[in-house]
Amino acid sequence: MSPERTQAIVRLDGVEKSFGAVQAIERADFQVGRGECVGLVGHNGAGKSTLMHILAGTLAPDAGRIEVAGELQDAYSVVLAQRLGLRCVFQELSLCPNLTVEENTRIVHPDLSGWGWRRRAGALILARLDEIFPGHAIRPDALVGDLPIGQRQMIEVARAFSVTKEPLHLVILDEPTSSLDAHTAGQLLGFVRRVIAAGTSCVLISHMLGEILKFCDRIVVMRDGKIVSTGVAANYDRDSLVAAMGGGGAVAQAPAASAVSGPTSDEILVRVKTGDKAVVARRGEIIGLAGLSGHGQTELLLRIFAAAGKSGPDITVKAPVALIAGDRQADGIFPLWSIAENVGVRSLKVLRRHCLISARREAEFAATWQKKMRIRTPDMTNNILSLSGGNQQKALFARALGSDAQIVLMDDPMRGVDISTKREVYDMIRLEARAGRSFLWYTTETEELDHCDHVCVFRNGRIVDQLTRNEVSEERIIQSSFEAVA
Amino acid sequence: MSSTFAAAAPARPSLRARLTSRPFLRAALPALSLALIIAWIAYLNPRAISYFGLSLMLNLAIPVVLATIAQMFVITVNDLDLSIGTFVSFVGCVTATWLHDAPALGLVALLGCILVYGLLGAIIHLRNIPSIVVTLGMSFVWQGLSILLLPKPGGKPPPWLFDLMHVKIPFVPMPIVAAILIGLGVHFALMRSSYGALIRGAGGNPQAIARAGWSLLRAKVAMFALAGLFGVFAGMALIGLTTSADANIGKGYALLSIAGVILGGGEFVGGRVSPIGAVIGALTLTLAGSLLTFMRISPDWQVAAQGGILIAVLAARALIGRREQAMT
Repeated sequence: MSPERTQAIVRLDGVEKSFGAVQAIERADFQVGRGECVGLVGHNGAGKSTLMHILAGTLAPDAGRIEVAGELQDAYSVVLAQRLGLRCVFQELSLCPNLTVEENTRIVHPDLSGWGWRRRAGALILARLDEIFPGHAIRPDALVGDLPIGQRQMIEVARAFSVTKEPLHLVILDEPTSSLDAHTAGQLLGFVRRVIAAGTSCVLISHMLGEILKFCDRIVVMRDGKIVSTGVAANYDRDSLVAAMGGGGAVAQAPAASAVSGPTSDEILVRVKTGDKAVVARRGEIIGLAGLSGHGQTELLLRIFAAAGKSGPDITVKAPVALIAGDRQADGIFPLWSIAENVGVRSLKVLRRHCLISARREAEFAATWQKKMRIRTPDMTNNILSLSGGNQQKALFARALGSDAQIVLMDDPMRGVDISTKREVYDMIRLEARAGRSFLWYTTETEELDHCDHVCVFRNGRIVDQLTRNEVSEERIIQSSFEAVA
Repeated sequence: MSSTFAAAAPARPSLRARLTSRPFLRAALPALSLALIIAWIAYLNPRAISYFGLSLMLNLAIPVVLATIAQMFVITVNDLDLSIGTFVSFVGCVTATWLHDAPALGLVALLGCILVYGLLGAIIHLRNIPSIVVTLGMSFVWQGLSILLLPKPGGKPPPWLFDLMHVKIPFVPMPIVAAILIGLGVHFALMRSSYGALIRGAGGNPQAIARAGWSLLRAKVAMFALAGLFGVFAGMALIGLTTSADANIGKGYALLSIAGVILGGGEFVGGRVSPIGAVIGALTLTLAGSLLTFMRISPDWQVAAQGGILIAVLAARALIGRREQAMT
């Protein structure tokens, strides 16, 4: 399926973009055919999001040509892109939390105005939500800020596919499934295939290589701002994709059994009861919290965090605690601070000289962790927002691992993080566990559970299944997550 | 078509669930605090709750309500206007002098004021200067201009303005009718209209609005110009009521208006505002003064009492938020 030149809905020729000294995109040629689903993969900071921002008109390229539907665009902009039928679901959620679902729909549709706009907007978004995510339970007059992150992502996707007067030719989905559980993600990808069959085009960016291989017609691989490989999806498999991305050979799917060491001592650092069962973490143990998203895993982590250093009848937490948030924009980073300050804030006691923070110690601390976590930046004193999403997440890991915390809580922290970063972090976690730290790890990716010594599956705020490392399998977890529902 | 939507739509929560839901409590809190103040006044002096009593107590409420709405527009786009007090003073001086003596000149001056406000919005957006800094500076400018224009208290409102502000409505005191009209009007424009949703979105997530192809500059200029317009209304209403001006007549309005917005359920950032709440907040703060009089407490304590009410209501709001978290 190689589209003719005239059949391409969009074409980028020799596009370049740099931010200061960092060359984000280096002479990229990119095209999407009509009715084609293109998978775009690459590490964090490989330039995928930047390329898509250029395509969506939110960033102007420094050089290169943009063609939409065969016509050269000189004065390309967001407004024009929308008029030409291009939509984008960005990785950072772009809904207004203070508005309702229907009001957020109105924002992308200038036609929704005048009498009855609210009713029309509500019907429009509800129809799409029903179509893509049957049984979604989202009310159009609900305030977006009151909804969990998964539902917000569903709304954003449905909004991108909603049509009023303007046509819809291409939808760019940047990590659309990162906050969705497996069931909802499946609904979305099934819908995407139906849309493709009807002649609309899609660009799918995802770190879930399985999704890319299964649902895309063609795959484009980016590395360091360049397009390094492109071809029909059937010609790739998991290993060749990872190799093209520069992941270095085949991925070790899971560590060998010997790599997971189990608890280093019998000392119990955390014991917390939920319902009639308890989660127990011994020193050096990695505990996985599984189940569909939003079934009480995050709440459990927050309870442990709040109880740090205390004991009660239902909860015992015996050591300092650090939390790595999943929603890094809302709960993780300090957006006005530098990377170094963001990394050091959990360890101020160590960075103090007399009663003030020593700039020298802070810089040393930051440099150490930049090296350990391989944070990709020319200067740690740059603002944290200058980092790509995955590198921001690395900084948050550095904050937690650099601290004195013996218990590290992770709230689905690998959301939207590329595979080689993930592997570096996995190694780091195992190393730290062997050194005597305990991890409680909530994750929506079943593969990550292979790194855990013990897994608790959650449903409706309760533990419904407890597995040892050898018992972990996708089927078993899905089975326990859905049991009562199915 | 519509029947399939209805079938697919999730069921409405029960009445009880809605009455104890956070959005409802959040919205009901301002009304509750106003009711509490009125009940307290009624307990201390039952005769105060009458046509005549309410007219007297709420005599100066309309300018406060208008200034609070002006402040709310600015807060909608995550800014603060510290100059609204001295601006109201300046408008008062213009109203009592130029608008009375040379209406054309006065009108041009007031329109110019609104234009200046719009420009401030543009500067704040384009140069990315904190609005607190810009409006703090402007507050001195307005104050200086007021003193230049009216060094000694005096002047007179135009007769039509005096008549307008002293209209008597049967059964319901005029300030209450005016407050309801202002509240509903602004509510419709900002909370129900499709452009209002965009403006509030610009406060909630500016980037999302810009990416959807809307101009943030225009949103900010519109909100500041509206703040200017309502500031002009506030100044004119104040002079219509008090019948003479003073270069310091709007003193205290800046903080009063911010307190009114916050009391009414608004938040400093995030585009979360409520016009009806702001009106109720302004009325609550106005009535708090009367309550102190009935309690035989010196008016010197008025500002402190208003602060106390603000803290109490904010504490209650935080409590609602925490309870909501505990429930989920």
